[in-house]
Amino acid sequence: MNTIILSFDKIEGGSMKHYSKKLIARLNDNANQLRIDALRMIYERGAGHPGGCLSCSEIISALYFHYLKIDPQRPHWEDRDRFILSKGHASAILYAALARRGFFDIKELQTWGHPNSRLQGHPDRLRTPGIEMTTGTLGQGLSIASGIGLAARLLQQKWRIYILMGDGECQSGIVWEGAMMASKYCLSNITAIIDYNDVQLDGFCHEIMPLEPFIKKWQSFNFEVVEIDGHSVKEILQALDVTKEIHDRPSVIIAHTIKGKGVSFMENEAKWHGLAPDDEQYRQAITELKGEKNG
Amino acid sequence: MDRIISMRHSYGEALLDCGIKNKKIVVVVADVSSSVKTDFFEKRFPERFFNVGIAEQCLVNVGAGLSLEGFIPFVNTFAGLLLRSFEQIRTCVGYAETNVKLVGGYAGISDYKDGATHYSICDIAVMRSIPNITVVVPADATETKKLVCEIVKWSGPVYLRISRAETPVIFGDNHKVVVGKGQIIREGDDLTIIAVGVMVGRSLLAANILEQEGVKARVINMPTIKPFDKYLIIETAQKTGAIVTAEEHSVIGGLGSAVSECLSQSYPVPIEFIGIKDLFVETGTSHEYLLDHFGLSVNDIIEAAKKVIKRKGNIK
Ligand SMILES: Cc1ncc(C[n+]2csc(CCOP(=O)(O)OP(=O)(O)O)c2C)c(N)n1
Repeated sequence: MNTIILSFDKIEGGSMKHYSKKLIARLNDNANQLRIDALRMIYERGAGHPGGCLSCSEIISALYFHYLKIDPQRPHWEDRDRFILSKGHASAILYAALARRGFFDIKELQTWGHPNSRLQGHPDRLRTPGIEMTTGTLGQGLSIASGIGLAARLLQQKWRIYILMGDGECQSGIVWEGAMMASKYCLSNITAIIDYNDVQLDGFCHEIMPLEPFIKKWQSFNFEVVEIDGHSVKEILQALDVTKEIHDRPSVIIAHTIKGKGVSFMENEAKWHGLAPDDEQYRQAITELKGEKNG
Repeated sequence: MDRIISMRHSYGEALLDCGIKNKKIVVVVADVSSSVKTDFFEKRFPERFFNVGIAEQCLVNVGAGLSLEGFIPFVNTFAGLLLRSFEQIRTCVGYAETNVKLVGGYAGISDYKDGATHYSICDIAVMRSIPNITVVVPADATETKKLVCEIVKWSGPVYLRISRAETPVIFGDNHKVVVGKGQIIREGDDLTIIAVGVMVGRSLLAANILEQEGVKARVINMPTIKPFDKYLIIETAQKTGAIVTAEEHSVIGGLGSAVSECLSQSYPVPIEFIGIKDLFVETGTSHEYLLDHFGLSVNDIIEAAKKVIKRKGNIK
């Protein structure tokens, strides 16, 4: 098996596409802005999932501000890439990305979770422009992506399907049903990304229901596996490039991340999985994030 | 009603026919293709046929994914096994309003050799309670064919309930079925028997015998349980004043409940329920045997009719 595992050093050399410092700096800025947006949304609403938004900020930034072929003016443009947020509880950061990309007005973010809002607690494909599929109950993304992947093949379309899953989510049996499906039909048009922050709702994944050996699991399901630092925009982009060049099987990018990344007191704390910050905590969090950006 | 034809066979043929005409139709199945007769389609259109293996949740989601790109997926397994994917059906089909046609084969107690694990006596209740899902139940092989064509045209999620049984053919080729509408298939004004699926034929037999005893029963075939044809049901309550519902399903949550919900709000009349009485039915030697021994016999319908007419008299 010609699995490419990108260790954090190895990715530097080789034949990887070069991404400019400028682009990477911009995508890091975007990621930071998304963190601030998501936290503000969660704070104002008094509800949401900060930990899992902060852990996938670079991934969402790289996808929405560079990688995905999408057109905010035409959310249903036929040739667009499809993205499914399988870990639908991270809706705040996706809504922020959609708004920042112009799918709807940034002010609409304030309506999140309010009566008559197009922004539901979890993503709803029928209400929100740019939401490909309704999610919120964990585990659905990969099997739905398989259906989309089969459709793309029947239609002879070249666009790709990206999904973002949580690591805790991968404890769900349906994920592996979807994995078998994608590999049976060699759906190389699918790239699954896993936000491997090792924290779920009740605590650490490795204590609640260990996933390791995780890479071997995916390899044995016949996936191309790429392992990266999920907070490195450059590694994310290069890993996405790698999976685009795989033509005989689906791919998974295992992105090592830190739950709550960027806010010191939220990092690696299951407590911050689904808790909104109070006034003081919010102020401190934003100070840290703004400081990081300027520093 | 002399000809006996298998409903699943008729379903398989209809699916193939529709698939020839409509290239958007795709079929997904969970390792029961030769049982539920999607193998006719499979042989003809292997490229539009997907077997997910014994993975019912994946089955439903693959259908949802295909429908997102404009295909019309027919998603197949046994009705009792489809319930394993209740959550996918609720979220990815009902809530997401994907154009998935869920087909539950071997429904009711028609898989008589396999027993309670394989029976499906709660599926109508479950499907009916999910917003956006249309629920249809054909009464014979003719209606099965017509309904398959109708639900291809119907935009939105559908649950189609198919029996494994070989049942008497009730309807001729000119039979018309419209999604959302019931139909009076026998006139009478002493009471109405409202039936679905295999109980339609039995209800007609019961009405014939009742007539010999001087009781005129109207019979309504109710192939769509949701959206429910309320006008027809209210009209029939007003006209006949007494109702017996008959279904191969639990008496909880199915057709009988739908009729009661409708009439208790608008025009209450006495109702008797023919169905499976909140118990797990055992394995049998034939489907007919089970129907006859678990409260779904022609005689049970006749007794219920007499009882409901008496109750109607008491009210007057
Ligand atoms: C099927 C299902 N079970 C439980 C939940 C409740 N829930 C929401 S988020 C979550 C933990 C998710 O952990 P993980 O997938 O690791 O996501 P992340 O750490 O990235 O937030 C749980 C249990 C759910 N949404 N869906």
